[in-house]
Amino acid sequence: MTQTTFERVRAIAADVLQVPAARITPRSSMDSIETWDSLQHLNLILALEQEFDVQFEPEEMERMNSIEHITATLESRQR
Amino acid sequence: METSELRQKIDELIAAGECDAAARRLCELWRRDSGTAAASYVVARYEKLRGRVPLLPYRLAVLRSFTVEPLMPLLRAACFVAGVDLSVHVGEFNAYAQELLGPNSPLDEFEADAAVLAVQTRDVAPDLWRDFADLKADEREAIAVRVAGGFRDWVRAFRERSRAHLIIHTLEEPTAPSQSILDAQDAGGQAAVVRRINDELRRFAAEQSGVYVLDYDALVARHGRALWHDERKWLAARLPFAASSLSHAVAEWMRFIHPLTGKIAKALAVDLDNTLWGGVVGEDGLAGLRLGAEYPGAAYLELQRTLLDLQRRGILLCVCSKNNPEDALEALAKHPGMLLRPRHFAAVRVNWKDKADNLREIARELNIGTDALAFLDDNPFEREHVRAELPEVTVIELPDDPLRFAQAVRDCPVFERLSLSTEDRERGSYYVAERERANLGRRRPTREDFYRNLRQEAEVAPVTPLTLRRVAQLTQKTNQFNLTTRRYTEQQIEEMSERAGWHVLALGLRDRFGDNGLVGVAIVRECADAWEIDTFLLSCRVIGRTVETALLSDLTERARARGAKNIQGRFFPTKKNAPAVNFYPAHGFSLVEENEGGSLWALDLSGGGGVECPAWIRLTVVNGEQH
Repeated sequence: MTQTTFERVRAIAADVLQVPAARITPRSSMDSIETWDSLQHLNLILALEQEFDVQFEPEEMERMNSIEHITATLESRQR
Repeated sequence: METSELRQKIDELIAAGECDAAARRLCELWRRDSGTAAASYVVARYEKLRGRVPLLPYRLAVLRSFTVEPLMPLLRAACFVAGVDLSVHVGEFNAYAQELLGPNSPLDEFEADAAVLAVQTRDVAPDLWRDFADLKADEREAIAVRVAGGFRDWVRAFRERSRAHLIIHTLEEPTAPSQSILDAQDAGGQAAVVRRINDELRRFAAEQSGVYVLDYDALVARHGRALWHDERKWLAARLPFAASSLSHAVAEWMRFIHPLTGKIAKALAVDLDNTLWGGVVGEDGLAGLRLGAEYPGAAYLELQRTLLDLQRRGILLCVCSKNNPEDALEALAKHPGMLLRPRHFAAVRVNWKDKADNLREIARELNIGTDALAFLDDNPFEREHVRAELPEVTVIELPDDPLRFAQAVRDCPVFERLSLSTEDRERGSYYVAERERANLGRRRPTREDFYRNLRQEAEVAPVTPLTLRRVAQLTQKTNQFNLTTRRYTEQQIEEMSERAGWHVLALGLRDRFGDNGLVGVAIVRECADAWEIDTFLLSCRVIGRTVETALLSDLTERARARGAKNIQGRFFPTKKNAPAVNFYPAHGFSLVEENEGGSLWALDLSGGGGVECPAWIRLTVVNGEQH
């Protein structure tokens, strides 16, 4: 069974942000997850780039401030 | 097992208190996934294991001109997996000069074991990076001198206060030189000026103890300059790496951290069939083996060349193979394609026994611990078996493609050495000793332990025709631990040694690592009932080992034996001799007079006054004929 983009993002976010995967929903964001500060945001971006083999634009990096925005950005890239 | 299942297993093991098993699984996870996300996971889990699995604490300061923070989880994970619990101090942006110059900088407070100085060309030499086209030849030259001189001043200031190791990144050459192809036509081009600064750095580091160069420019070039960088990350976060470069940068740092922490392999045991050569000698016969200059045998030859490099770096090679001994030994000795021969192997085990048992025997035979062994085998079952039986052995993960075997060995940081000189081998042993102590009683080693461990034997003798040249050379070349910096020719030394009332003494030093040769000189003159020290110096190779106290104790002993009531010495400060500034006061001398030129110190020898030789140095005194 292949994982959905959301599941892959959730696993990475759980590692980087140090929160249980079960606590992460599509609505989770920099506002709702305490450990998601600007440094961890950079780490999260880099971890996603490694996992999905992409390089994000600065505008995208700014926009990717919630799990659903991250998933949407990645899915728009994969099309 | 999926890595997600592996994570689950690890968390279960930690919850069950099975710490060693959890640590082994964490190593396995890291072997399979060494990205940023896995690094955060590994660090978080190891933090739960702290105190429950053996870990060597180590403190690293990173002084930088750019964003290094995303490297840190990767670095700490790589360290944990290697058995090192790394604490990191990351300096403020562009505060590296102040931190190194000190005193009382955050760097000093941190008490680092090692520091990395990672600055970029565009930060340390913005004019060279940005405005190169406008520079005249003499201005380019001035920039090279200024930048190299800056590094030198920072390092020197730091070295006066700290014995921490220092790793300096070389400056990076521009991806696109400002004059484009013209730059290569000009010996004073932009890239050439950067190379000149880097050459200076190397020269300078070689003169200092515990200062090493990390060739950052070569690292970037090796992975491809265009791929290394991601301009978006630089502009958005001052991060000069693409996401895929982070692990390469960390791997390069680990090449230094392994030898610095003593996490090194002293011997490598290699399998034969399909590892050292292609094919199975027992089935294919000598003639059927793939080994030689042509493909596919070239892959194995390249591996052998890499192993020979290790052997010449002092790493012992051993054979550990399941084979008929006659077949295997014949191939080792006679196959025309072999680069490695029986004489290159320190121990050979060719039999049908269990490989873990063979490795234990090899370690016993070489008189090293199994934790100092590495193991190379193409067979994943053997690798797994050894990992399970002997988790302390470094098992090198080999890819399926033999063409990548050599690189897999080269990538392994346990074979790195910081230098092959005596001094650095000592340091390695100091850290090994520290780890052993950590296992025993967690007592922090003292400086005294370090000195005792060196087992130093000093001999002080009057200069002879055989030592004349070296003594003169030491007076001419020694800058740091030199109290008066008086330069003498061979002839002058000879004359002085023949003059009545003069003593020219040379100190030779041996320690557990071998003979250091002549490393100290003292010249003293008898004046009535006072002796005057004309020259007192120590080679920079042996600064910080209390050898100077041994030499001074001999001087005071000689003086007292000849009826002197006191002994005097001058200190003339220079730009370079700060290491000697406290020499006289630290040995109980009192200040007689002082002016801008220098100071005069004296020690009363009447009533039992003198200087004692440190208990950890065995001192032999040779008395020559007196004039």
